[in-house]
Amino acid sequence: MKHTVAVLVENRPGVLTRVAGLFSRRGFNIESLAVGITENPDTSRMTIVVNGDDHVLEQVMKQLNKLIDVIRVSDISHDETVHRELALIKVGVDSSTRAEVMQIVDVFRAKIVDVGVRSIVVEVTGDESKINAMEQLLRQFGIKEMVRTGKIAMNRGAKVVQKDKR
Amino acid sequence: MTKPKMTGAKAVIESLYQENVEVIFGYPGGTVLPLYDEIYDADIRHILVRHEQAAAHAADGYARATGKAGVCLATSGPGATNLVTGIATAYMDSVPMVALTGQVPRSLIGNDAFQEANITGITLPITKHNYLVNDARDIPMTIKEAFYIARTGRPGPVLIDLPKDTQTEIIEFEYPQEVKLRGYKPTYTGNEQQIKRAASLILKAEKPVIYAGGGIVISGACDELCALAEGIMAPVTTTLMGMDAFPSGHPLSIGMLGMHGTRYANYAVQESDLIIAAGVRFDDRVTGKISAFAQNAKIIHIDIDPAEIGKNVRVDLPIVGDAKNVLKGLLKYIKQEQVRTDAWNKKIETWKKEYPLSYRKDDLLRPQFVVEQISEVCPDAVIVTEVGQNQMWAAQFFNYRNPRTFISSGGLGTMGYGFPASIGVKVGKPESTVIDIAGDGSFQMNSQELATAVQNDIPVIVAILNNGFLGMVRQWQELFFNRRYSQTCLDGSVDFVKLADAYGALGLRATKKGEVRDVIDEAVKSERPVVIDFVVEREENVSPMVPAGAAINEILDLE
Repeated sequence: MKHTVAVLVENRPGVLTRVAGLFSRRGFNIESLAVGITENPDTSRMTIVVNGDDHVLEQVMKQLNKLIDVIRVSDISHDETVHRELALIKVGVDSSTRAEVMQIVDVFRAKIVDVGVRSIVVEVTGDESKINAMEQLLRQFGIKEMVRTGKIAMNRGAKVVQKDKR
Repeated sequence: MTKPKMTGAKAVIESLYQENVEVIFGYPGGTVLPLYDEIYDADIRHILVRHEQAAAHAADGYARATGKAGVCLATSGPGATNLVTGIATAYMDSVPMVALTGQVPRSLIGNDAFQEANITGITLPITKHNYLVNDARDIPMTIKEAFYIARTGRPGPVLIDLPKDTQTEIIEFEYPQEVKLRGYKPTYTGNEQQIKRAASLILKAEKPVIYAGGGIVISGACDELCALAEGIMAPVTTTLMGMDAFPSGHPLSIGMLGMHGTRYANYAVQESDLIIAAGVRFDDRVTGKISAFAQNAKIIHIDIDPAEIGKNVRVDLPIVGDAKNVLKGLLKYIKQEQVRTDAWNKKIETWKKEYPLSYRKDDLLRPQFVVEQISEVCPDAVIVTEVGQNQMWAAQFFNYRNPRTFISSGGLGTMGYGFPASIGVKVGKPESTVIDIAGDGSFQMNSQELATAVQNDIPVIVAILNNGFLGMVRQWQELFFNRRYSQTCLDGSVDFVKLADAYGALGLRATKKGEVRDVIDEAVKSERPVVIDFVVEREENVSPMVPAGAAINEILDLE
């Protein structure tokens, strides 16, 4: 089963290595990992999607918590969250297919961010299933390149991930 | 007041003063020259080892014997990588240690410079935390944090990598009063509700067993452990790391459990209705086949590290906290008149009589006999061990009475640990007799440290149980590989008496039972570094034994 874990960490060099290294040496599987700065420049926030049963998740969280640079670990899988992923997809087109691709982009409320003679670049934001669906539809035209950010997530409402340990 | 100006190297030394460091175990080299120049005048003892691995083990031995943080120092590249085994050893056994390494100058980092190794990367999985100092002004805070992290919570090694140019840069020195670590707040006090629940489970139990480990020694909770055991009249079994957490001769002691534990400890655990686990981590050498471990028992697990709880076995009642605090908390609720363990203790007594630890008592010089004699002649000694059969016999046949008197690489199982560790022990506890119970294989992994012991006048005794084999591996080959002794015979080893002599240490030998006491006496009296070559029965086995993958009550006696 997939779990989404929000991890607040010190914004310092080497922290990503510590987190990623922990996953590999403890044999945990990272599905995706997205990281960026927060409202506090000293703090970064990682959104990690991890695959495993409840026992694996418990160990992941406890082991992450042991890292000195990890400030807070929070499992938000069962919370009401907004979760988003962004993908850039370069699709091969010619004059006969361009219009059709643009139509699909419209339906998905995605954006075309670059147009070339033989290709266009599509930017799509949404949850994982939306991006997967978009990918499926564009595949018939020939996807030349695709890049995805990995999921980021945030609680709905007033609830926030606490900013200190316990 | 103006802050004094000084080099980074001097700031390191000043910071070590602030942390009350008395001794550094180290080995110089190119990138630590500025530091060594300061050490030349410093008011800190420096023990020059002959291999950096020994510096780490000696710092570790010092830490285990005294409870203080051990400090080791090495240069960049090979110096730093030679520390790695010692750091990993300390990490597995939760030993407070600060390792200082030199690094190539900042401008060269990442260039594959001469003697460059990414030691913070290499030691990431084997340190509690580590630092690469990028700015000389960070030196005081880094050292403050390193010692704080190493000593507190579940202790462990912390490494600080110091580029050479940070050691020569001039900074204004001010030692911080406190650390600010947002991500590090160990839990010391156990949850009161959990403690209350634990107490009620304990008072209901008819067949409780206390399973105690190294965490008891680290936390200084031996008296509380004893009080709890006596309060509820429960037998106490210890892990290898907890051999010295509970007196071996105590009527409630049932010795070590697990692969080479006593039959009665393993039987007691398997039949128990309540395991009170404190400062332990349910290692595979303890549990045997995990699905068959203590199936009839509820498990209370007390540990300062929340990640240990539920890692290997299901726990019915976790208490996160320092063992001493939690045991003290439990004791408040224990009322002796409610204890119902009479029948249980009688049963254990029967097992103890029926299945004592034993070996064949004949005219031959057997290694167990040597350990028993050491125990009788030097009851107050600090015992350090190597790894393998020597370690198991040292655990089984020495009568431990006080904490921090059994020092052994339990988790990592590092051969070559014992001798350099014993040097660190002796430096920390100069008044104690320190004996490394060794095998001929293990001792040869770090025998060069005889020079360290002689040069620094550190009178430790190495008692080699010399069977000319890598005995534990040979034992497994005998039992599970049809006696095919592939590469375990050490014929052609050095003459240990002559080796000791060549280093300027005292070499002694015993080949018969009748000689054992005399050589131990002579070794203790000499007050010099001593190597005793006990030429013992070659194919003696450690017994009893739980075969790998079996349940711990499926325990065999071996001839």
